[in-house]
Parts: sequence; C-alpha cells; structure tokens
Amino acid sequence: MNQYPLWKNLLILGVVLFGILFALPNVFSQDPSIEIAAARGHEVTAATADEVRAVLENAGVPYKVVEPWSEGKVLVRFPTTGDQLRGQEAIEARLSDRYNSAMTLVADLPGWLRAIDAQPMYLGLDLRGGIQVLIDVDMEAAVEQGLERYTGDIRSLLRQERVRYLTVMHEGGQITVKFDDAEDLAEGQEVVAREFRELQLDTERDGERFELHARLSPADEEQLRTFALQQNITTLRNRVNALGVAEPIVQRQGERRIVVQLPGAQDPARLKEILGATATLEYRLADTEGSVADAVEGRVPVGSRLYYDREGQPILLQRSVIVTGDQITNASSGFDQTSGLPAVFVNLDSRGARRMRQVTTENVGKPMAVVFIENRTVTRMIDGEPVKQTVRTEEVISMANIREPFGRRFQTTGLDSAEEAHTLALFLRAGALAAPIQIVEERTIGPSLGQENIDQGVTSVLFGLAAVLVFMALYYRVFGLVANLVLLTNLVLIVAIMSLLQATLTLPGIAGIVLTMGMAVDANVLIFERIREEIRNGSSPQASINAGFAKALSTIVDANITTLIAAVILFSFGTGPVKGFAVTLSVGIFTSLFTAILGSRAVINLIYGGRRLSKLAI
Amino acid sequence: MRLFKTLDIDFMGWRRPAVIASVVISVLLVGSMIVRGFDFGLDFTGGTVIEVGYEEPTELATVREALEGGGFSGAIVQYFGSRRDVVIRLPLQAAGQDPSAELSDRVFRALSAASDGEVELRRAEFVGPQVGEELREDGGLAMLFALIGILIYVAVRFEWRFAVGAVIATIHDVVVTIGVFSVFQIEFNLAVLAAVLAVIGYSVNDTVVIFDRIRENFRRIRKGTVIEIVNRSINETLSRTIITGGTTLLVVLALYIFGGEVLSGFSLALIIGILIGTYSSIYVATATVVWLGISKADLIPPPKEGAGADARP
Repeated sequence: MNQYPLWKNLLILGVVLFGILFALPNVFSQDPSIEIAAARGHEVTAATADEVRAVLENAGVPYKVVEPWSEGKVLVRFPTTGDQLRGQEAIEARLSDRYNSAMTLVADLPGWLRAIDAQPMYLGLDLRGGIQVLIDVDMEAAVEQGLERYTGDIRSLLRQERVRYLTVMHEGGQITVKFDDAEDLAEGQEVVAREFRELQLDTERDGERFELHARLSPADEEQLRTFALQQNITTLRNRVNALGVAEPIVQRQGERRIVVQLPGAQDPARLKEILGATATLEYRLADTEGSVADAVEGRVPVGSRLYYDREGQPILLQRSVIVTGDQITNASSGFDQTSGLPAVFVNLDSRGARRMRQVTTENVGKPMAVVFIENRTVTRMIDGEPVKQTVRTEEVISMANIREPFGRRFQTTGLDSAEEAHTLALFLRAGALAAPIQIVEERTIGPSLGQENIDQGVTSVLFGLAAVLVFMALYYRVFGLVANLVLLTNLVLIVAIMSLLQATLTLPGIAGIVLTMGMAVDANVLIFERIREEIRNGSSPQASINAGFAKALSTIVDANITTLIAAVILFSFGTGPVKGFAVTLSVGIFTSLFTAILGSRAVINLIYGGRRLSKLAI
Repeated sequence: MRLFKTLDIDFMGWRRPAVIASVVISVLLVGSMIVRGFDFGLDFTGGTVIEVGYEEPTELATVREALEGGGFSGAIVQYFGSRRDVVIRLPLQAAGQDPSAELSDRVFRALSAASDGEVELRRAEFVGPQVGEELREDGGLAMLFALIGILIYVAVRFEWRFAVGAVIATIHDVVVTIGVFSVFQIEFNLAVLAAVLAVIGYSVNDTVVIFDRIRENFRRIRKGTVIEIVNRSINETLSRTIITGGTTLLVVLALYIFGGEVLSGFSLALIIGILIGTYSSIYVATATVVWLGISKADLIPPPKEGAGADARP
C-alpha cells in the first residue's frame, strides 16, 4: 500500500528536474553590460572588439570582458553599474559615428544554458533600477485635430467646386458650414456627401440660417482614436530607441494610456524632455511689406502673422506655410561648415521638396524664416481642480535671405546649442505625435536602490525559509523533513516558472514568494494533522497516511481556490509592482498544490510505502 | 512534538462577548476612518516623492533650506532609514507648483546645486491627480470584487449561511487591518492595499478549513447539538489553524524585519491580518453561521439522482 506507480514517480522527478534546469540561470550573476551593434551602413567585424577595448582602456574604464554576442553584436561586461555608465559615455563619444550602443543587464551563463534559451527571471524596475512613465494621450485633441483636417478639406472642396458658402468651422464635435440660401446649401450638401461618405450630414433651415452639419460616425471617431494611439506608440518607440537603452518597453495600457519602461536608464529628466515635448519646424516667407510696429500694436496685415524670435524681437511672417514638419523625412544634427554653428540637416519628401523649390525659385533674395514650434501639455491646479492645458511656443529661430533655390535637402541654423540641434533632429526623425501627450505617472529607481531592494528581498526569503524549515523539522520530524524538501522544491519551481514565463519579478513579487512559503506548508500541515488524527483514532500507519491525504484534499483545494480568487482580482486591478505580487502569489498557489499533494506523497511513499510499520515519525 | 493534546475548549460558549467585542472594535475603527481618515500614500493622493542619497550624513534643515532656496515650499522632508538618505514629499497642492512630472527633476537639480558633495537620485515618483484617483477607485473595486468572488465560491461549495459568515468575517478583517492604519496614521499605499487583498485570501482560506470540518462533522456525527459539533470542529482544526498561522506569521515577520522600508507597511498589514483572520474564522465566521441557524439538514447531501431514479417503479 502507498506506492506510486513508476510513471507517476518519473513524472514528478521530471517536473522537478525541469524546474531545477530552468531555475538555474538565476544562480549566475548578472553583469551590467553594453551591447554594441553596427549603425546603418556599417558592420561589426572582428576588429570591433579590439576597438572597443582600446576605447575603454584609453578612458581608464575597468571592464570584465569584451565578447562577440548574438547576430553581429559585441557585448562588454562591466564590474559595476558605475563603470557601465562611464563606459557608455566613452563609447558614445568615440564610436557613435559607426556603432549604436545600449546599456543592459546580462547574466553570465555558460554556453549550454544559453543554448536551451534558459534565462534568469525578468527583474522589475524596482529591482534593477530604471524609469517607468505612464503617458496619457489626449484623445479629445486627437478627435479635434481630425475635425480640423475635415474642416480644411471641406473648405477647399467647396471652393474647388465653386459652391458659395459663408463660413466653415468646427465646434463641439461637429463641423458647421453656413450658406446664403437653400440652393447653395443643397448643392454644398451634395458635394460634401459625394466626397466624404464617412461623414454624417444633416441640415438646418431656420429662417435666414442655412446650415450644414457634419459629424463623424462613432465608428470613425473610434478609428481616429485608435490611429492616434497607434501613431503615438510608434513615435514614442522611435524616440525611446534613440536613448540607447536595451529592451525598452513601449506599450498600450487601457483605452488611452501608454506605458514606457526603460530598465537601467538613469536620466529621467532627459527621458521626459524627449517623451513629453513635441517639437517641429515650419518654413515661412517673411512679410517684408507690412509694418512690424503696427502689428505689435495689434494691426496685423491680412495674410500675415506676428512672431517673435528668441531675443523677443517681433517679426512679421506670411500666413501661408511653405513646408511643415510632417513633410520632413529625415533629419540629422551637426555643425554648419562655414560658421561652425549647430545646425539641423533636413530632408523633405517629394511634395515638400517640390513646393520648397517652387517658392525659393520665385523668391530668390527675399528673407525666409524658420519657426520652431514646441507643444507641451501641462496640468494646472485651478480652484483645486486639475485642468489640462497645452502650452504652445512658436519662435523664429532663423531668418536668412534665399541665396539660391533649393529643394530636397538643406540645413537650418539658429539653434541655441548642439544639444538642442540634436534633440530637434531626433524629434523630426521620429515623426510627429498624432495627439498631445502628458506624463501622468513616473517612477524612477536608482541602481543602488534596486540592488538594495534585491538584497532585502533575498534576505527576507532566506530568513523566512529558515524559520519555517526549522519549525517543521522540529514539529513533524521525518514528515517535517519531507515537507521541507517539498517546500524547497516549491521555491525552485516558482523561480523556474517565473523564469520561463519571463514574468516581471518585483519587490512585492518577492514578498509574494515569501508569503507563499508560509502558506504552502499549510497543505502539508492539513495532511499531517489528518494523519495524526487517523493514528489517534486507531488506524494503522499505512491506512492513516492514505486517509490523511485523501481527506485533506478537498479542504486544500477549497482553501487555495479562495486565495487564488483574491490573487486573480489583484492581478486584474493592480498595476506595476502590485501586479508582480499577484503573479508570484498565483504561481505559488499552483506550485504548492503540486508539490504538497503529489510531491510530498511521492516522497512519503518512497520512505514508508509497501513496508510493515508499527509507528510513524510524525 | 504536539502543541495540544486532545482539546475540548468551549469556543462557542464565548461567542457572545467575542462578537460584542468585535462589533465595538469595528465601530470604533470605522469611526476613526471617518474622523481621522487615512494617511494615504503618493499612489492615492498624487504628488511627487524624491529620495536622495548624500555622501555624508546631512541635516534635514539644510535640505529644507536648499528646497526653499529653489522655490519649493510645502515639502515634507524626512530621513529614510539613515541620516544620509532623505525623502522629500511634495503634495499636489504644494504652493505655486504645477503638478507635473518635471517637478522632480527641478527639485533634484536644486538639491544637487545646494550640496557640496554628490547627491544620488535614488528614487523619484510622480503620480498625477487623475491617476491617483483611478488607483483609489480601482483599489476599492478590487476589494469589492474579491469579496463578491469569495461569496459566490463559498455559497456554491457550501451553503449561503457559510458564504455570509465568510464574507462578514472577511469584511471584519479588512476593517480591523485598515482601521489600525487609520488609528496610527500609518501610510496607506498600493503595497498595503495588495497586502489587504492577500489578507482577504488568507482569512477566507482559514475560514474555509474550519467550515470544511464543520460540514464533514455535521454529516458524520449523528448525536450532539449544533454548538457541540461546531466546537468539536474548531478543536479538531485548532492545531492546524495555529501552526499555519504561526509559519505564515514567521515569514511575514522576516519580511517586516528584513524587507526594508518599502515593504514595512505591506508586512505590517499582513501581520495584523493574519492574527485577526485567525481569530475571526472562529468568532466571526463560525459564530455568524451558528447565529444564522445552521442545522444538520442543511448540509446532508441531496440523494444522488441516479439512486432516486432507480427507486421509482
């Protein structure tokens, strides 16, 4: 009696070995490292590693090893995160023209473990350090911008079709076109309906008023929102990739939010500057005829607009734009060859290039201005209520006479610093944001705090574990040792599953593991207490073991399912670190069910099974 | 080793004073929640928290001076663990500041500028007003759904009276746990909320084990009153209750002692929750079931359908 068939023992043994194998990578240390890949048009060769070594030695930065890494990459391992930072600076300074480098954390695994793709647990930002921001996308503005586009399109359509109208404007989610009489209204409605099938139209005739109302269908509005969110994710990803952090995460969260996670990143100010702002350029001709003085007094000539440059001097520019930022296909920063000033080199798309060439050809010798536009969304507290506001700055950064016609590629100077030129080029390259964004949450954890959190977490696990192990061995003797073996197996399995899933381990996640260890012995306690009861009731040892396991089973399952309900709800409502707690708690419930019910039975069967027993060491 | 020889404690005999005590304490704690409220952490109030590390032990007054000099008023400055580690909290309504994620950068720059040595940015957190509100709402909803989920599960697996008992006990545990946080004005943050949900799980876990035994004994034992059977069930499961509570308490104590400041609220909530959850399984959950008038007939399993069909002519 009390013997498991061979297949069952093998199955359990298999699971345990599998667990040990995949938990193993966590034993190896993780090195702060830099991954080096070739920039566009360059290659990582055998000489790259030597180059990197030379750069690091020159800069006096200690490193552990420079080794070839997966698919055309080179990896440098450093002893500390401080060395990694200095190494990154040295590499950026000397090699960034040919290589891209990114900071990362890489386990020092032997080749055979790497071969089966075993990885250590994915540490959350609170453990490895890094920056996380939650970004809110202004969906109302996205819809508003969509309507704005339609308003412009309708206006030009009516003009093109020679339909007489009074005004076209949008307000409160709908576009209103005003006409003189019913005839024009009917004609306008027909034209708009033909061209923009997706718009829902209705008319309003009220005495002297003849109006056409157009609005988006809910489905189209939804599409507009989805598009804005998608476009923003793409743009933010492009921007984040420029920061040189390995494994950045940019992902949608909910209806209108985007989460950006940069493990190991250490400059939150720079990140927020790059994420939060939208900067672009506009090229306009100057209005040389109008009077600037009049304009400052409020009498701006028709067709012109008043701008200010960076020194605060007023400048009059023509209202119509030559090209805007979204016609820029590529941009890079550098220095003007003659003056040595920081400059941005800009490439236009074919439409923009054609227009630029046409305008510059017609206006040789006349001044043209570059306008730098920056949008930032801020929340102000007004009467204790948070109110969102978009702050838009438009400044003329340069003004120069057109010496000769140009088209596709040209340069713009007038920026304050090389840094600003660099950032602007990045913005132009990454593309525009489809809707304004705002950072609504930020969590930055420095690397030293991360390490401290790991140490504290590991210490708690060890002490908690030791306390339980000692208690169980004293209280249940042989059975206690079995429970302890099972508990350790449980810990290995939790680690293995967390590694396999690559689920994020956070500090509360470690707390979840600690808590699980306390509660995991519950299943064994229930079983052992039952066995003792059976013995007291006069059953034979073997029958007691059998009955103990059988009778405790439903209690164990009931008790664990209720905890699981709490864990699942925690998972669906929690964010970040709290979610990590729910994950380890849930994983722990499953592994402890397996180890306590099947695992401990198997060991007890191996010890006592099939033997004549007069008493049990319980 | 055995903690208890065969026990025969008349637990239910004490249920009246215990229930009265529970009710009085719960009312007082709810009163504290209403009057004193909670010391909500950044997660729920919104605002900015910055933790910086100095090379040398530093005076809080110097840090305050540096902040005032940088134009940041209304900041709360405290040591965090050691005298080199300082935490600065800026509530959302800190005078004249717009609540934005950039605030922490400006504060850090001001502190770096005012200090002779290096200042290390250990942690910076910003929670906007919208997010704080959402987290509060989600937290409340999570507790509600956890209770509903457990109510349904226990009602299906046992009987409605047990479900009501389990849920009342769980609410009692939640009230006591968060009540302590209110009375002593201990910071209530997301991690504490997670712990409260874990307490819900633990408390029901503990209750279910006793319920399970009550159900089993009702079906097995023919003689005896309801009170006698309930008492017997509690006595039979008592050593398990205490051992599991004890081991869990051990690990949570390890967390409290070694887990650092970040987890101190979390582990404190669990310590309170485990203690009170163990008590409430007996004196709130079980007492409620008894009070609701459970009887043997309620728990006798219905005759199997197959058997019934065969009996028909």
